[in-house]
Amino acid sequence: MILVKDNRCDFCGTCVAVCPVDAIELREADISIIHDTCIDCDICIWVCPIDVLSSDEKKEEVKHD
Amino acid sequence: MTDFDVIVVGGGPAGSMAAEAAAKGGAKTLLLEKDRDIGYPVRCGEGVGASGLKQFIEPDPQWIAATISKVRMRSPDNTKVDFGMKDAGYVLHRRLFDYALANRAGRAGAEIQTRAYVDGLMVEDDVVKGVKYQYMGENRELSAKIVIAADGVESRVGRMAGMRTATKLRDMDSGYQATVGNVDIDQELIDFFIGSNWAPGGYLWIFPKGNGMANIGLGVNGKVAKDFSAHDLTHKFLKDHFPKASILTSVCGGIPIAKTLKTITKEGIMLTGDAARMVNPVTGGGIITGMVGGRIAGEVAAAALQTGDLTSKGFKDYPARWQKAEGKTHDGLHRVADAIFEITDEKLNKMAHRLAKIPPDELSLMKIFTAVARQKPSILIDVTRAFAGV
Ligand SMILES: Cc1cc2nc3c(=O)[nH]c(=O)nc-3n(C[C@H](O)[C@H](O)[C@H](O)COP(=O)(O)OP(=O)(O)OC[C@H]3O[C@@H](n4cnc5c(N)ncnc54)[C@H](O)[C@@H]3O)c2cc1C
Repeated sequence: MILVKDNRCDFCGTCVAVCPVDAIELREADISIIHDTCIDCDICIWVCPIDVLSSDEKKEEVKHD
Repeated sequence: MTDFDVIVVGGGPAGSMAAEAAAKGGAKTLLLEKDRDIGYPVRCGEGVGASGLKQFIEPDPQWIAATISKVRMRSPDNTKVDFGMKDAGYVLHRRLFDYALANRAGRAGAEIQTRAYVDGLMVEDDVVKGVKYQYMGENRELSAKIVIAADGVESRVGRMAGMRTATKLRDMDSGYQATVGNVDIDQELIDFFIGSNWAPGGYLWIFPKGNGMANIGLGVNGKVAKDFSAHDLTHKFLKDHFPKASILTSVCGGIPIAKTLKTITKEGIMLTGDAARMVNPVTGGGIITGMVGGRIAGEVAAAALQTGDLTSKGFKDYPARWQKAEGKTHDGLHRVADAIFEITDEKLNKMAHRLAKIPPDELSLMKIFTAVARQKPSILIDVTRAFAGV
């Protein structure tokens, strides 16, 4: 599951833009992960410029292009 | 009867240009912006070329922070390559600049609403018929003949219409920027730092903002962003190079350095600006290209309302005119960016050592990128097309 440290989020939308399944909802100052849609690919965690996203699981490495 | 002819989603440069052009073309137009304030927060280095800007608006001292005449590029070992700009440049106060563009759209007749978050589309038989949005927590719906999605990097409105807008990691830079005061820099010079020690897969910039202030930020390419934090790299740079700088504000943001989407129209909808991936893939500049795309989208929307053909066939002048204006160069620049990714720090240093010996007045972007093309001759045509005369 992807977790948001939302007191630190800057709401810039970089994660939203790369999410392959459109599982991130972002308003002016409010972000949430739609966990039913999320496929735990983790790329949102990687692109976040200020590292406010994290995963609560250790998983096998997935390759992305 | 629909509530509006055209509803534009997003009040950035692309959205305001689209709304202005649509309203000028006689369309009853509404622009919806989710934030409380047009133009804020500013997730942008705010640098633009003068001739690009002047196609659309006369520079106004109110929103020009600095006028640029010189460029410096630095290699990983900090070798400086200096040259003059053929075209002058500006660093904007985007907060005021975006206001000016939205104000113009309003004067052309467009209605504008802020704090209006579009969270769905009205769709019938796969044709977009309007938007669903929240205005200060209240759910609303408005019908429109055409929706123009100018919702920036997130580009969710296109997805709501079933278009594929998600960006690959290679095509996204993870960006961070601090606007700082108390820095002693040349206010006429923009400074680029290229190399994996500064900003892996991207670059670091110093853009002057007048009165001893500057935008200092960087982008890390998505492919390597797993191992680097744009925030940490920026703060390390500030600590090492400007320990006395006062941080006046900081923002993060994604820079979509992708090719423009293959499909930017669909029945009842057009995408423009960052939402359509119109950013220059080499520089990451998307203000002017977004304005180009936005204006064309607005004009084509107004024309389509006249003919009554609101299908992608009726919108076909939009992709065609974008392709002619920027699209061709844009695709080439994506290939140039790929070639730059492949150059090692060591090679960058060697190139810089050679270029640094050339007198600044004999150097140009064209010469620099020709040196890049020497590493990968297949991009020479792209370089010639994109940088001739600059
Ligand atoms: C760190 C950084 C530095 C940059 N530096 C430069 C630079 O120096 N020069 C340059 O030319 N470009 C630069 N860019 C790129 C430039 O900022 C963008 O290309 C430009 O802002 C794109 O304009 P736009 O109108 O398409 O999108 P935006 O300016 O992003 O506007 C989109 C608007 O849509 C709104 N919106 C989004 N979703 C919704 C919704 N669902 N409902 C309602 N409203 C919505 C947003 O709040 C936003 O106001 C930089 C980008 C970043 C991140």
